[in-house]
Amino acid sequence: MVTGWFAGEGDDFTLLGTRCSACGSVFFPREDSHCRNPGCDSGDLAEIPLSRRGRVWSYTDSRYRPPSPYVTVPELPWEPYTLIAVELAAERIVVLGQAVPGVTVADLAVGAEVEVVPGVLHEDGETIWTTWHWRPTGVTA
Amino acid sequence: MTGEVAVLGAGMHPWGKWGRGFVEYGVAAARAALADAGLEWRDVGSIVGADTVRGGYPGYVAGATFAKALGWQGARVASVYAACASGAQAVAAARAQILAGLADVVLVVGADAAPKGFFRPAGGDRPDDPDWLRFRVLGATNPTYFGLYARRRMAVHGDTVEDFAQVKVKNAALGALNPYARYRKRVSAEEVAASAVVADPLRLLDICATSDGGAALVLSSMEFARRRGVAEPVRIRAVSTVTPTYPNTVLDLPDIATDSAAAVEPADGTFRASIARAAYEEAGVGPEDLSLAEVYDLSTALELQWYEDLALCAEGEGAKLLREGATAPGGRIPVNTSGGLASFGEAVPAQAIAQVCELTWQLRGDAGARQVEHARVGITANQGLFGHGSAVITVR
Repeated sequence: MVTGWFAGEGDDFTLLGTRCSACGSVFFPREDSHCRNPGCDSGDLAEIPLSRRGRVWSYTDSRYRPPSPYVTVPELPWEPYTLIAVELAAERIVVLGQAVPGVTVADLAVGAEVEVVPGVLHEDGETIWTTWHWRPTGVTA
Repeated sequence: MTGEVAVLGAGMHPWGKWGRGFVEYGVAAARAALADAGLEWRDVGSIVGADTVRGGYPGYVAGATFAKALGWQGARVASVYAACASGAQAVAAARAQILAGLADVVLVVGADAAPKGFFRPAGGDRPDDPDWLRFRVLGATNPTYFGLYARRRMAVHGDTVEDFAQVKVKNAALGALNPYARYRKRVSAEEVAASAVVADPLRLLDICATSDGGAALVLSSMEFARRRGVAEPVRIRAVSTVTPTYPNTVLDLPDIATDSAAAVEPADGTFRASIARAAYEEAGVGPEDLSLAEVYDLSTALELQWYEDLALCAEGEGAKLLREGATAPGGRIPVNTSGGLASFGEAVPAQAIAQVCELTWQLRGDAGARQVEHARVGITANQGLFGHGSAVITVR
């Protein structure tokens, strides 16, 4: 779906961003053509893995089926998913993502630690689209 | 100070789900505004349309679409799109033309026929569009962002869902007094609490609906107003249309992540706060001068955020201001006297214009049962996708 936003498997799975070689600004989703710091005119951006763990900035869920282009199976009952916005300390950035299936808002608190893990966005007969999920640390399901 | 323009006329088409085209709503609002100004369409030298992106091709060329519907008369034309800030940017374009001497009288029109349910991006496979990506990759609808802000306020400031419900109670009571509002029924805190959760912690009655609607303004030079014998018109003194400064560190629609602050320290204050600050500076007034404010209550929790961003109170004290009754009718600074989006729903290109209509009626003393006594200065505040900020200050 989106290329170059994450890589690796299992404990090596990470989100991928880019960093400006001139000013050190970090970008996610990745910025490859030019640095967006208005005080920097560099176009030299290198791929970097983002921190795997961060703290919950906020969270919510989606109790109603989102519209297309989100892919759902209309014949199946809607299962709400949880969204978590996560602060990564080293990068000083907040990254939004879905929680792993089964984690609800009742399992979360602002400031709690979560880590990034691979997840399935959608699958059909031919393809499985991978994405990133946030999972509270200490949860292994 | 950059000079003032006069608001000679304000008009709306009642908001609701009428099932007709946006052009019809816009034309009705335009005719109402012209009648209010005591002017003919032929007196208008320029028309600025706020675009809808859901009306097909004519929606993207709203200025000319409204001009054709009103009857071609050769006016200068412009069309503006800035998501929820479209209406305010249309006002900004009209004002700039007047102050530059390009036109004496400008008609500003915004109207929409909104779809049912969630707003969604345009169709097709478009992974280069951030708005498309947040839906496709995350299923992140507008209410989920409102839910994130609400939960963050609860964690940081101690707001409660009961506080949020009281915003709805206040705005619904005002909407019940406004003949242009879609919802004209008072709502109780119990009814908010009994409505379904849409995006935790927000419920259906915490979140504004999508609506059809239209709003229009007739703006003129101060000299033209004087020639027409309007000695003391409502005047627009400031229009803020600022963008954020890098790094923008508050997660916002439609972004999947914030800017990183790793290399550059963020400026003092948030983007939303900078929207109002720019308007105050341009108008030469401060929050203490305000008689009322119209803010984008896309959710109840977001209205509390605007209290702080408009500097009506200190950071974190929005809920306290509400509980004190300061933002209710009769309070120190009534907010959303029109009933707000809670009572109108979203008709995107019309709503920032509708906010200025409400200020106009209030400052003239024409707001009927919802009139704020001795209203002299009002502010509107809103924000559009992709970093569009807008605020309008009117005085009398």
